[in-house]
Amino acid sequence: MVRARRGIGRYYDVNGWLFVAPALGLIALFMVYPIAWSLWMSFQSGRGMTLKFAGFANIVRLWNDPVFIKALTNTVTYFVVQVPIMILLALILASLLNNPRLVGRGLFRTAIFLPCVSSLVAYSVLFKGMFATDGIVNSTLQAIGLVASPIPWLTHPFWAKVLVILAITWRWTGYNMIFYLAALQNIDKSIYEVARIDGVPAWARFTHLTIPLLKPVILFTTVISTIGTLQLFDEVYNLTEGKGGPSNATLTLSLYIYNLTFRFMPNLGYAATVSYVIVVLVALLAFVQFFAARERDR
Amino acid sequence: MSGFGRFAAMAATYGFLGLMAFLSVFPFIWMALGATNSSIDIIKGKLLPGAAFAANVGNFFTLVNVPLVFWNSAKIAILATVLTLAVSSLAGYGFEMFRSRRRERVYRAMLLTLMIPFAALMIPLFIMMGKAGLINTHLAVVLPSIGSAFVIFYFRQSTKAFPSELRDAAKVDGLKEWQIFLFIYVPVMRSTYAAAFVIVFMTAWNNYLWPLIVLQTNETKTITLVISSLASAYYPDYGVVMVGTILATLPTLAVFFFMQRQFVQGMLGSVK
Repeated sequence: MVRARRGIGRYYDVNGWLFVAPALGLIALFMVYPIAWSLWMSFQSGRGMTLKFAGFANIVRLWNDPVFIKALTNTVTYFVVQVPIMILLALILASLLNNPRLVGRGLFRTAIFLPCVSSLVAYSVLFKGMFATDGIVNSTLQAIGLVASPIPWLTHPFWAKVLVILAITWRWTGYNMIFYLAALQNIDKSIYEVARIDGVPAWARFTHLTIPLLKPVILFTTVISTIGTLQLFDEVYNLTEGKGGPSNATLTLSLYIYNLTFRFMPNLGYAATVSYVIVVLVALLAFVQFFAARERDR
Repeated sequence: MSGFGRFAAMAATYGFLGLMAFLSVFPFIWMALGATNSSIDIIKGKLLPGAAFAANVGNFFTLVNVPLVFWNSAKIAILATVLTLAVSSLAGYGFEMFRSRRRERVYRAMLLTLMIPFAALMIPLFIMMGKAGLINTHLAVVLPSIGSAFVIFYFRQSTKAFPSELRDAAKVDGLKEWQIFLFIYVPVMRSTYAAAFVIVFMTAWNNYLWPLIVLQTNETKTITLVISSLASAYYPDYGVVMVGTILATLPTLAVFFFMQRQFVQGMLGSVK
């Protein structure tokens, strides 16, 4: 008996590994191996393909590299400003659209989800045209009297950053909203009905019911959005013609790595070091977010 | 709540949703109108259809080898989607159905790869592809995207809803594991596959940074690369660029509208 059971166990185990093996093999080859390689590379220095061990020289260089500091500050700014705005906006939209008595629910939902269908490059190009100095956005803002003179969206360091934030918010809010809508559909509607009958106002229903009930999904989308924002490349590359904006105002870490590798004289070791800054940031922030979610559970 | 208060709340709700829906859709309208206008009219912000559509399309087709570029994009997107779905659904099924302590540990370690940003991989990947002689091939674009922890996670979550009675019944009937997977799991989970298809196809079709690095000859370039280079010209012809963005967006738009219902169903299944 014992023998037979162990036999079945082994059969099960072989099958289990067989089913997951192709995926694990690919992940090992195209994720684990390169990430280990780039860690090793980040301790090397040299021009082109001739790399020599350099210890911590690259890490020291980070501190004295104003372009890196700029890219890091920009990336963190995007993350700190954009992710909270987008998550809150997506939550509000989802809870409004979850109301079954809302007329035109499907239409609103489709319209707000539509931006996720566009490619990052295509919409960046559209935004660049719309936000040109004499473009449609400026002429509309002037027509309704919100601004006196056109805003230099693409050429002013501050407005260029605002434009990038507007662009990514436009593209990704609907995507997050879909996750929240899906999660809200699975919540027993009677909870909301009871709260409504008890006279709990809409805002309190949102803060005391929706947000706590969706916490796992909020955590998931926040982590995913954090990772996405820290990797920002397509938008800044296409909005600001690959230069990273006026005096590097919109330069991100990913764009800097690209420039270090494919645009300037290639310095693969230093580029790898910068890429590890993103790895560390992502890991750190994901950890903080998981930790914060757990703390509030108590 | 008083009658007036309720009316005000309703007006605010519809006003807000209407504004958001308008802002979401407007760039698409602008794109469609832009394709019918001359470059100068587009920059001026003209919001009426013009007469330059035929000219813009003509210019786009003379500047770009459209069939080739479209074929390149389609080939990459379809190949990546089919392979990713196959490999990831196998893994999702495997991790959920044959749970063991050791595999659970491997699964958790695998989820950590979600946190690895692509920027940290691109230099070693580029050297790897160079050594394998795959630079300027579409295979180099597709290969690194197939093993996706995110899609495996999605399939595993969805597999929790797969009725185990079906599997038991099939086993009694003498079906092998791979037969159960192929003939029972795959058809039963089709809305899960549909949702994953939408997401993976869009990601692959819209992918930019990695193709930008790997595809350096005009014969291999995808439509996103071509639009980007058209738009970054010193004086871009916006009419032509608009035609390009429409052509680049249509396939993903079609996939989304065609599969919208199944997509939403599939998303629901994964959150349960």
